[in-house]
Amino acid sequence: MTAYADLILLAVLLLGVYVLATSRLGAAIRAVAVQGGLLALLPITLAARTSWDALLHVGLLSLGTLLLKAVIIPGLLLRTMRTANVRREVEPFISLHTSVLIGAVMVGVAFWMGSVLTLPRPAPATLLVPVALATLLLGFLVIVSRRKAITQVLGYLMLENGIYVFGQCLARDMPFVVELGILLDVLVGVFVMGIAIHHISREFDNIDTDELSTLRD
Amino acid sequence: MLLALVIFLPALLGALAWLMRDLRQQLWLLVGTASAHLALTASFWLFRPSSVGFFLSLDALGLLFLSLMSALFLAASIYSVSYLRAHAEDDVAIDRYVPFLLWFLAAMTLVTVTQHLALMWAAVEATTLASAPLIYFHRRRAALEAAWKYLLICSVGIALALLGTFFLGIAASAVEPTPPLVLGALAASGKSLALPWLKAAFVLAIVGYGTKMGLAPLHTWLPDAHSQAPSPVSALLSGALLNCALLGILRFYQVCTAAGADAFARTLLLTLGFVSLGVAAALIVGQRDYKRLLAYSSVENMGIIAAGIGVGGAATFGAMLHAVNHSLTKAGLFFLAGNLLQTYGTTRAAEVRGAARRLPMTGALLVLAMLAIGGSPPFGPFVSEYLIFVKAFEANGWLGGLFAALLAIAFLGMAGVLLPMAQGKPADDGQKPEREPLSSIAPSLALLAAVLVLGVWIPPFLSDLLKQAAGLLGG
Repeated sequence: MTAYADLILLAVLLLGVYVLATSRLGAAIRAVAVQGGLLALLPITLAARTSWDALLHVGLLSLGTLLLKAVIIPGLLLRTMRTANVRREVEPFISLHTSVLIGAVMVGVAFWMGSVLTLPRPAPATLLVPVALATLLLGFLVIVSRRKAITQVLGYLMLENGIYVFGQCLARDMPFVVELGILLDVLVGVFVMGIAIHHISREFDNIDTDELSTLRD
Repeated sequence: MLLALVIFLPALLGALAWLMRDLRQQLWLLVGTASAHLALTASFWLFRPSSVGFFLSLDALGLLFLSLMSALFLAASIYSVSYLRAHAEDDVAIDRYVPFLLWFLAAMTLVTVTQHLALMWAAVEATTLASAPLIYFHRRRAALEAAWKYLLICSVGIALALLGTFFLGIAASAVEPTPPLVLGALAASGKSLALPWLKAAFVLAIVGYGTKMGLAPLHTWLPDAHSQAPSPVSALLSGALLNCALLGILRFYQVCTAAGADAFARTLLLTLGFVSLGVAAALIVGQRDYKRLLAYSSVENMGIIAAGIGVGGAATFGAMLHAVNHSLTKAGLFFLAGNLLQTYGTTRAAEVRGAARRLPMTGALLVLAMLAIGGSPPFGPFVSEYLIFVKAFEANGWLGGLFAALLAIAFLGMAGVLLPMAQGKPADDGQKPEREPLSSIAPSLALLAAVLVLGVWIPPFLSDLLKQAAGLLGG
């Protein structure tokens, strides 16, 4: 099954780069949704467990991930995009070409780091650590290089996705309650951010974070 | 089960408050819950509650920060009564204030009573989510901006702390059988943890939780959030929330100590502590906004605590004592700043003059609190800062000298802003002293009295707990 895992990870990585490259906000949100859906499959492909108990655990976790990362959160973001009357372009600080180039360098760095870092126990899939680091870095890039509040939330979600991939290295040891707690935190976080975006768009007529720069010394 | 109760009590009553529409009832509920929380916490001093699974357990460090938070919360609740009544007519999110404040308490409580590091992470993130709406209490553009910065910067910071927690899990996977992410189990594995991953985990934790704790250069959200939030919320952010983030770092530090990586961890803490001290001192001097001034003072004091732990040995005790002193004094200062803001309607220091005449109690307390936070005797912060200074000086003369110099600069900077506000000549001489409601004065008066007592005498029950807490940190 781990061959499938590497395939999924590759797709996750490509979707991450696609978010950098696309100029349309809706497409970026959908790409992150698909990324979340793929991540939900990841624990299933990596499961080498035999007991029903463990299978139930994996199944529930996958279901939870699918619902939150692929359905509810992207749905909230798309709704925010419509209700807050956001312009449909991404509006980066740097051009899309440049950000894809920087992203490519980051992917290279992530793969290099993945080959240098040796896990005490071999990772369940070869691409796991490099793709986790790459997704994380791409998420950072989206946060700092995009003007709109909603795109920054998208970057935060990619960052979380990268950490989620990394978490698969220790899925064995993480109790269910905690995993669910982490997912829930992300959901509520996006929910609260969505409300904030709504208020920002009402106050400022748009949600460019450029406007949010009056507080300083 | 008592540990579960102390979390669920505020969480459930917060939900109840959400359903209430009457402000009076909500305020009664708030003060009642705060008192019950404090009573429960006080009972933990007599009978340490038993652990619940490996999710909840309370040690000396947890109890110290829990008690501090609970006491401050009661003070903030009482202060909120006059604060909310004064703002009842404004365009504010008034019926959402009490529920979010109670949920904030529940999340912070969970941080202190768990030693499961992933659960603690979830709790710290929950504190961000519960407090962001509180920062946007005053429906202003600036408050919205502050809340957005707080949400985004802290969430990203906290995400790094989650990665650090996972790194810790990787470090633990070198051990057979792999221990759960619980402090006791990890510390018991000690030297068999994978050291490079452990060190990387600590770096991520100090960056991640350090963002929330306000360690420079990651403190950028802090002055905005503190200056825009309602004063009782600022007091809690500064006096209780920053300590929760500190606790997050300390838990990782405890694992490092057990694994023999404590020298590495202390060097990092010392460095970031001094950077914070320096940055804060530079920004305090010439600061024009008095609430931002207090926020930068929090950055400074978090730096002092981090540096104290970084120095190690007996300075660890000093750092724990300083956490207590700082929380009590700073919360009092924010309450006083709230009184000034309500009377003068501005946070610009230059427009507040002659507070001692217009608000006699507030003005007098402001001067005393300023002396206390600046570290002058006979107040508590003097004792704790002196303890840290002596140990830093013994370790390295230059280090001690730099520490003292930065403290002096910060003190002079604070005095330069706050003294003219209290003394100075009022803009309008004929103004009569205004009425100061008891609930706006009593909290800061009580906190300052406690700080004064701590300056001359540390009660044995407290010094025992501080010693135990410092002992957990290898001090």
